[in-house]
Amino acid sequence: MRPVNYLELVCPAGTPAALHAAIEAGADTVYCGFRDCTNARNYPGLNFDLKEMREGIAYAHARGRRVLVAVNTFPRAGDVGPWRRAVDSAAEFGADAVILADIGVLDYATRRHPGLRRHLSVQAAASNPLSIDFYRENFGVSRVVLPRVLSVEEVAALIARMKIEAEVFAFGSLGTMVEGRCYLSSYITGRSPSCDGVCAPAEFVSYREEGEFMVSRLGDVMTNRYAKNENAAYPTPCKSRLVVNGAASYLFEEPVGLNAASILAQLKAAGVTALKIEGRQRSRAYVGQVVAAFRAVLDALARGEETPAAIGDLNAIAEGGKVTLSAYKKGWR
Amino acid sequence: MSALTLGPILFNWKPERRRDFYFRIADEAPIDCVYIGEVVCSKREPFFVDDLPAIAERLRAAGKQVVLSTLALVTTDREMEAIRESCGSGMMIEANDVATIRTLAGAPHVAGPFINVFNEATLDFLVRGGALRVNMPVELSAASIATLARHNPVETETLVFGRQGLSLSMRCYHARAYGLTKDACQFVCELDPDGLYADQLDGRRLLVVNGTQTMSHGYAVALPELADLQAAGVTHFRLSPQTTDMAKVAELYRGVLDRRIAADEALAALRALVDPVPFVNGYIRGREGMSWSEAAAGTP
Repeated sequence: MRPVNYLELVCPAGTPAALHAAIEAGADTVYCGFRDCTNARNYPGLNFDLKEMREGIAYAHARGRRVLVAVNTFPRAGDVGPWRRAVDSAAEFGADAVILADIGVLDYATRRHPGLRRHLSVQAAASNPLSIDFYRENFGVSRVVLPRVLSVEEVAALIARMKIEAEVFAFGSLGTMVEGRCYLSSYITGRSPSCDGVCAPAEFVSYREEGEFMVSRLGDVMTNRYAKNENAAYPTPCKSRLVVNGAASYLFEEPVGLNAASILAQLKAAGVTALKIEGRQRSRAYVGQVVAAFRAVLDALARGEETPAAIGDLNAIAEGGKVTLSAYKKGWR
Repeated sequence: MSALTLGPILFNWKPERRRDFYFRIADEAPIDCVYIGEVVCSKREPFFVDDLPAIAERLRAAGKQVVLSTLALVTTDREMEAIRESCGSGMMIEANDVATIRTLAGAPHVAGPFINVFNEATLDFLVRGGALRVNMPVELSAASIATLARHNPVETETLVFGRQGLSLSMRCYHARAYGLTKDACQFVCELDPDGLYADQLDGRRLLVVNGTQTMSHGYAVALPELADLQAAGVTHFRLSPQTTDMAKVAELYRGVLDRRIAADEALAALRALVDPVPFVNGYIRGREGMSWSEAAAGTP
């Protein structure tokens, strides 16, 4: 296994091509999912069939890299089979770990595949030492992906009291709500991030010119209205412009992306093991670009440079061209 | 027999309003079980926590079961300490985060609606861990609820009246809407005891904000569905407190559960009571949550 230099760089792959690109660009670890509702990026044209997953894992292992398989949605009542088969397949293909969120799926994986490493998905929203202990004691999880609700100081305090590894988000799209407990998309479209693995699915999205404005809708809901010179963002419910007390605003969050590249040293000092790049729905080119930039930043930090130049490249790639430190910065609340 | 429950007050009601509300429920409402305690924001708790013993006593004296609900999003030491205190209080606890389930260490409890119980395997695990009653997440359809209720003989509870919690955040949107931050919020959420409207740009209603929680603007209403849910084995039916006359709401639901009032008759009476707030029933009908279908419910 490739030695991990500074922080383990965990990168998204929505397709085999993206997996190759991520590894070529310097990913330590790649995460991906099967082509169905068992993973939280269940979008058309994405993800891996059984053969692709087997080959993807072999490809990574041949190059000393790791593959994590996300089986991180919540099975619906009466239909737990696909989730169990996904865990079985990941084990059979030699995945380095499965990323799980549902208690029932965790229980199954623990009993059926005790030797298969289990990571706790951000979808489980374990935000405190007691919750993390619950998952560690019951299901032997080795790593938790921390929910995007904690400041850097809180991340450090939490890691000091948990007995397993912490992975945190470093870059990409981010919701402002606690993941795994947000029903805004299903309230509007009937499709759920928790069970269907989709937020604001494309078939519900429309943009229409109305007079001097461009109007975006999700289903029947008007999520935003743009002047001609404004960039229209994707109508994710938590990035909607809403009217409160007579004033329109981005009540929850503006259309911005997370970029934590400027605080990587703080995250390392906090005891973080791994950095996660969001974006399995993104193109191979995007993945290659972001991973290469993060690799450069991490290698520069490992050499002792304080503010690596590659951080600037990342801001330009981010969602809407605008970045935030989100909850990592305490004043965000 | 089907039990009617009153969920915890999700909004920031002033202490005197809370007391008056619960005393009236104790005296007048045909409710079997009342959940008290703060679920949304720990900053609100100090204002009313001292009143809880007297409220619990009054409700028990009226023959009602009392359950202490706990926080849904737990991050601070103070919040974990509050959970430990609640779990050591001797009261029946509703757990809304696995932090509470961990602290209960197998003691009997109610699993609250913020625990993701979407399938039989999770349900069974929670029951093995001491859950005597399990709430269904608001997103579940009647068919899913029926599948779970039939699968395990444990008590099951589902929301049948009130605004549905749709998300939680670390960010306080109430504070943000008033130009404040969470850490210096001035408790502005108490200005909106039924939630703060967050409308679409064209003026149509969509959501309400309740501090760090986002909720449906429409009240979830399940009345025609009650008979099928009862038949599937659902044991507890939850009303979530709104500013409307909850004793009257409870009478209507009790009447439908007991077959004394027809569902459509109760719907009409409820509409007159809560007008102009619309009803929603999309989730329980297996559709987008914000929709409303008047037609009779199908058999789940």
